[in-house]
Amino acid sequence: MKIYNGGKILLGLIIFGALFASPFYLNMGKVSAKPELKIDTPEIQKLEDKKCVEPKEFMRAEHMQILNSWRDAVVRNGDREQIIISGHKYEKSLQNGCMKCHSNKKDFCDKCHNYMAVKPYCWDCHIAPKEKKS
Amino acid sequence: MSMNRREFLKIAGISTIAGIGGTALAGGLRKGVLEAAQAAPNTDALTEKRWGIAIDMSKLKSEESIKRVTEACHRIHNVPDFSNTKDEVKWIWTETFEHSFPGQEHKFMAEDMKHKPFLLLCNHCDNPACVRVCPTKATFKRSDGIVMQDMHRCIGCRFCMAACPFGARSFNYKNPRLAKNLQEYMNPEFPTRTIGVVEKCTFCYERLAKGLKPACVEESNGALVFGDLDDPASEIRKILASKHTIRRKPELGTEPNIYYITGGNDYAVVPEIR
Repeated sequence: MKIYNGGKILLGLIIFGALFASPFYLNMGKVSAKPELKIDTPEIQKLEDKKCVEPKEFMRAEHMQILNSWRDAVVRNGDREQIIISGHKYEKSLQNGCMKCHSNKKDFCDKCHNYMAVKPYCWDCHIAPKEKKS
Repeated sequence: MSMNRREFLKIAGISTIAGIGGTALAGGLRKGVLEAAQAAPNTDALTEKRWGIAIDMSKLKSEESIKRVTEACHRIHNVPDFSNTKDEVKWIWTETFEHSFPGQEHKFMAEDMKHKPFLLLCNHCDNPACVRVCPTKATFKRSDGIVMQDMHRCIGCRFCMAACPFGARSFNYKNPRLAKNLQEYMNPEFPTRTIGVVEKCTFCYERLAKGLKPACVEESNGALVFGDLDDPASEIRKILASKHTIRRKPELGTEPNIYYITGGNDYAVVPEIR
């Protein structure tokens, strides 16, 4: 059997195969480290009782649902009931609630979102607190 | 395995009771775990049935006093200023009498009234045309009469801009954060908007929730009076009952809730008659 232009076709196939598989061999052996979130901002360290609105595991998995329900409650229903944890009152708000303690967006939000390649559009409108050097 | 009806009913009954009892028990046990936080009702909020504003044009004497009002609003709400009319975003702005109340001007009217800048903002209508046309319910009427805008839902179709007869809505043709004034200062307590959404005055819903008056009312030195139009004892109702007021384009039936006191007495320059 004869392949017309066999050399060029084979070369092309090899180049295609190499490019196609490049993500696999380029990342071989590199274990991308699990993101470690920092929850030791000065604001949190000041707190006596370091508690979020829900337990850590719940927040890790469901924080977007909480934010969505807060958004609907505040914007659509005008329900600004505050949340009390150990005597402290917190607003149902990303910008004026969550980020008042978690003032490190880069080490708190972005780290995980980048790792998971999710791009929430919160920060198109909401203003993140100024990053402090830590 | 064969089963007669009696046995079947027994098993069905027991499993029903076990099912109901089980969920109730599990729910009762879980309560303590999930309820990590308590909630405190917001008692500061100003809540009424129908907010409205009466604007006494005689008390807005100088251009500076008007500028102070508009700037206070735009500053706390992070309204971008691109210094060109095409990209302009307006929450509260000024226009001449002729353009504010088309059809009501006449050639003999007081000169200063003719040229006086009228303070305009969203009328928070009782029958808002913008709410009717919004395909995503991004804009809606709150129970206190405020026509609210939910930026999370806005798809930027601009139907509301076409529907609003008062020009109260502005589209973000550009990313508002690129505006010079916002690069210099942004109120960290309030979000900006993003490119491709429509925005307007929100009657300072975020200030009302804290028990504060709208920013324009606070900055106006008494020229703007706000209150509940459904409460006959409110200050605004007393003003409306005692003075002649006009509204913008009432013939369209949207029932605007912003009233203008245009009575000449205070500021009209009456030529001396000899």
